[in-house]
Amino acid sequence: MTNGWIDIRNTDMMLIMGGNPAENHPCGFKWPIEAKRNRNAKMIVVDPRFTRTAAVADLFVQIRAGSDIAFLGGLVKYAIDNNRIAHDYLVHYTNAAFVIQEGFQLPEDGGLFSGFDHATNTYDRASWNYEGKPAGLSYDLTLENPRSVFQLLKRHYSRYTPEMVERITGIPRAEFLKAASLFTSIRKDGDMKRAATILYAVGFTQHSSATQTIRTACILQLLLGNVGRAGGGVNALRGHSNIQGATDMAGVFDILPGYLKMPSPADTDFQAYLARITPKPAKPAPWDSFNYWSNTPKFAVSFLKAMYGDAAKKDNDWAFHYLPKIDRQYSWAQIWEDMYQGHIKGLLAFGMNGVAIGPNAQKNIDALKKADWLVVCEIYPDETSEFWKSPGITQDQMKQIPTTVYRLPGAGFAEKDGTFVNSARWLQWKNVAVPPPGQAKLDQEILARIFLKVRELYQKDGGKFPDPILNATWSYTNPLNPSLAEVAREINGRDLTTGQQLPGFAALKDDGTTLSGNWLYCGSWTEAGPMMQRRGTEDPSGLGVYPNWGWSWPANRRVLYNRASCDLAGNPWDPDRKQIWWSEAAQRWVGPDVPDIKADSPPKDHMGPFIMNPEGVGKLFAPLNDGPFPEHYEPAESPVANALHPKESTNPVAKKFHSTLDKLGTPAEGYNIVCTTYRLTEHYHYWTKNNPMNVQLMPEPFVEIPAELADSLGLRGGEKVKVTSARGHYIAKAMVTRRIKGMMIDGQKVYQIGIPIHWGYRGIAEDAGDTALTPANLLSPAVIDPNAFTPEFKGFLVKLEKLS
Amino acid sequence: MSATLRVQKISGHSGPVPGEGAQRQQQVAKLIDTTTCIGCKACEVACLEWNDLPFRETFFDNTYQTMPETAWNYWNLIKFNELPREDGAMQWLMRKDQCMHCADPGCLAACPADNAIVQYQNGIVDFQQEYCIGCQYCVTGCPFNIPRFNPATKKMFKCTLCTDRVSQGLEPACIKACPTGCLHFGTKDDMKDLAQARAQQLRDHSGYANAGVYDPPGVGGTSVIYVLHDITNPEAYGGLPSNPTVPWAVRLWKQPLKWLGNLAMIGGLIGVTMHYLRFGPKHPPAGGPHE
Repeated sequence: MTNGWIDIRNTDMMLIMGGNPAENHPCGFKWPIEAKRNRNAKMIVVDPRFTRTAAVADLFVQIRAGSDIAFLGGLVKYAIDNNRIAHDYLVHYTNAAFVIQEGFQLPEDGGLFSGFDHATNTYDRASWNYEGKPAGLSYDLTLENPRSVFQLLKRHYSRYTPEMVERITGIPRAEFLKAASLFTSIRKDGDMKRAATILYAVGFTQHSSATQTIRTACILQLLLGNVGRAGGGVNALRGHSNIQGATDMAGVFDILPGYLKMPSPADTDFQAYLARITPKPAKPAPWDSFNYWSNTPKFAVSFLKAMYGDAAKKDNDWAFHYLPKIDRQYSWAQIWEDMYQGHIKGLLAFGMNGVAIGPNAQKNIDALKKADWLVVCEIYPDETSEFWKSPGITQDQMKQIPTTVYRLPGAGFAEKDGTFVNSARWLQWKNVAVPPPGQAKLDQEILARIFLKVRELYQKDGGKFPDPILNATWSYTNPLNPSLAEVAREINGRDLTTGQQLPGFAALKDDGTTLSGNWLYCGSWTEAGPMMQRRGTEDPSGLGVYPNWGWSWPANRRVLYNRASCDLAGNPWDPDRKQIWWSEAAQRWVGPDVPDIKADSPPKDHMGPFIMNPEGVGKLFAPLNDGPFPEHYEPAESPVANALHPKESTNPVAKKFHSTLDKLGTPAEGYNIVCTTYRLTEHYHYWTKNNPMNVQLMPEPFVEIPAELADSLGLRGGEKVKVTSARGHYIAKAMVTRRIKGMMIDGQKVYQIGIPIHWGYRGIAEDAGDTALTPANLLSPAVIDPNAFTPEFKGFLVKLEKLS
Repeated sequence: MSATLRVQKISGHSGPVPGEGAQRQQQVAKLIDTTTCIGCKACEVACLEWNDLPFRETFFDNTYQTMPETAWNYWNLIKFNELPREDGAMQWLMRKDQCMHCADPGCLAACPADNAIVQYQNGIVDFQQEYCIGCQYCVTGCPFNIPRFNPATKKMFKCTLCTDRVSQGLEPACIKACPTGCLHFGTKDDMKDLAQARAQQLRDHSGYANAGVYDPPGVGGTSVIYVLHDITNPEAYGGLPSNPTVPWAVRLWKQPLKWLGNLAMIGGLIGVTMHYLRFGPKHPPAGGPHE
């Protein structure tokens, strides 16, 4: 989230799209409700289904899964055409005025940006660049230069007319215009006081053009001047209690903690690595750019000191050569592909049910059959630890599986202390409620014991490259079971000269005198104590800042980019929601929130509010792997050809796999129903199907089916249906509902159905024989977004039949 | 709120209520704002947990609703109803169903067992299972279809409005669990004011011209009040009656004709009538299938 949960109560307008917070974030949803109750804020919900969130919305719009960019692009066009944009903000806080060099081409004709290489399905991004030298980029404050970002943006989205939006999304023109008018109404007549927020979740991220969908939301919010504002922002609602923490601590293959980039084989030494990953300012000459990532060397050296201690020295490049270098993509789906192809021989599965959670589940099951060993650390036996008895397998086949499975009893979340980092970027400490039962152990003890055993083997037997293992710092009081408080202190970091905990990341150095496991968390456990354990409920500003509650990265700042909440002179756009402002008397930025700008940089210096970008401004134009502007591409499986460019229908850069199990279906083969998957309030992923209370609330799997489609099949609620994709089938009872309607997509009738993901072949209902034992993800394809590598769990094609 | 509960009325009781009129307590009320309910069922779970109610097997029934009606061991149930509006827009109404704690409780009036049903001065109507004779007359007296019979123990059960919590100055468990704040608890007067203000806001700002407060006078008002998007159509919220009243037979029995109850024959006749009202003719539930 750029903002935070509580801040949603400050909003005037909510666009909830690609998320269903009432069902999946019911506790956080109190803030949208408060905004409605206390500010008469309006709520627009855009979703393939009429959800429990839609039930309390002011306006619900049913969209076809996989067409979000068309809808948001239509909003961008509407805002520009109707001059409902934040002019000064746009000119000074975004790259709207920057000029793009000649040779750059929009995908207006064939559906491809300039630079596409058909042989590799990748882009050469050389033409996607600013004109001018980095310290003096070309710009045009009138925004009239045809090669200015603003004019290119306007031209790019000129094709996203209400008619085109209707053809692609299935949203009737009048309904789209109603939504567009309502959302942009906050900028009517140049008013800058009001703020709108966009709330999204995995309904945005689980598509083959996922990152670009989020980008479109960002573009819209920058156009409307909503980023950095209380009640504004682009807000990712995280789907697990600590998914934000997992990301911050590098639970992704291409980053190190704190979003430092992973080294690649081309980084022959530390200097080459730093040169590649440390950006230089790129801005118009009269403007200033803080370019905070220029501090990358301090973050990187401090990280290496935390990893390797005394073994990291200046004369050995701080042990940079100990770090793994990634030569290619090792994302989730790739790992299962590699195992399926026999390259990966073992898997440690901690706190995740890989078979059930991944796309194309049968491939994951078959991949595990090829592994030598599998370790599952869980609180229940699950679809992954029981993969060898997945449905359809015979006793003989079972005997053929060579994989050795180790089941480790892990401790549950209430049985361990430590932190959760919530969607609002808050680190919050939690205490143990009950001790782990029986032989269950804490994750850190299990991991420590594995690590120390591996280290012992390296010590004894040597190996190809034992140094990183042998020299890794492991100086915990109890090495076999490190206390998480000690780990948290290490992540914050300390001054190696004084031995004191560091007060914040500004104190980090690149000379080897500081260590920090994650620069972003520096400040969370200082000499003053554990900031993450604070429970102060003071809120002097009344804006829900709560500066003394827990600790928020970065620097306890609650709203990112909050410099943009003020006009050019440093005065808040809305005097009733003063987050920070420039104090002439103090010659500093002051306010209830921590200013997200160099504290003593006066407004006249024109330092951009987006300090992590080399430009200092928000990027409307931002080169990703699949384009610098988001373009609508159809999902990998789509009932229609792309109305914008039928020949370039799907995302040309999206990654597909080509194993025999990675099939895609087409309407010609009868796969003509759009299927989406989701979670229910009543269950938490694949856990709570083991808990009688949750089972009582929602006892068994089902398929949500539009009443109109059910009628055509002679299907009534409660009867069994079989859903088939090119990859597998799923059987459950039908929930026939009027909450999903048939849609007209480019002149063609299209139905959507929905499947909750919670069930599989292991749980109370499953064990009782009450279900067909088919995980929902037997259906979904392993087609992945080219930037974030998330699979397309939503908006794939199926066929539906009634079972007698 | 006081730390003790004072009895106001007692079922089947001759003579004065002990301590009657000695002290007054403020009437309490639950406010349920259906316009901000998200059907998360936290209240259902809190009710089960606090009251230690045993697991009840449920079945898929083409709905998100946990079960068709409340049960002797399931006192709090959100009713889900799909209701397309006239303009074609969908509505998905969610209403937390439980005992309404009427000011003029039909169950209590119908109950022949001394002490089995009491009404406290704060408005809570509570069943005292140790005195319940299992006759189920309370079912006949209730216009909201709330009292439930446990065939194993032959006793009646329903929401207690968490008398045990309220008597200690705590809010009911369902209120504490509600994440959106669609549930409120306080004095009846405060809850009425809050409800009216919210209904006004819905009329002024959210386009719900018929938004209003459900506090039915036919049963003397209730200690559970609702804010509805459309006060003219409470039936749409899973069978909330438009104008609930205590059945005439119950009134006759307990009020002007009470002396007749001492005559065995007439009493028997009324008993038969009561039985007819309770068990006789079965009609399919109004409003069609849920969802």
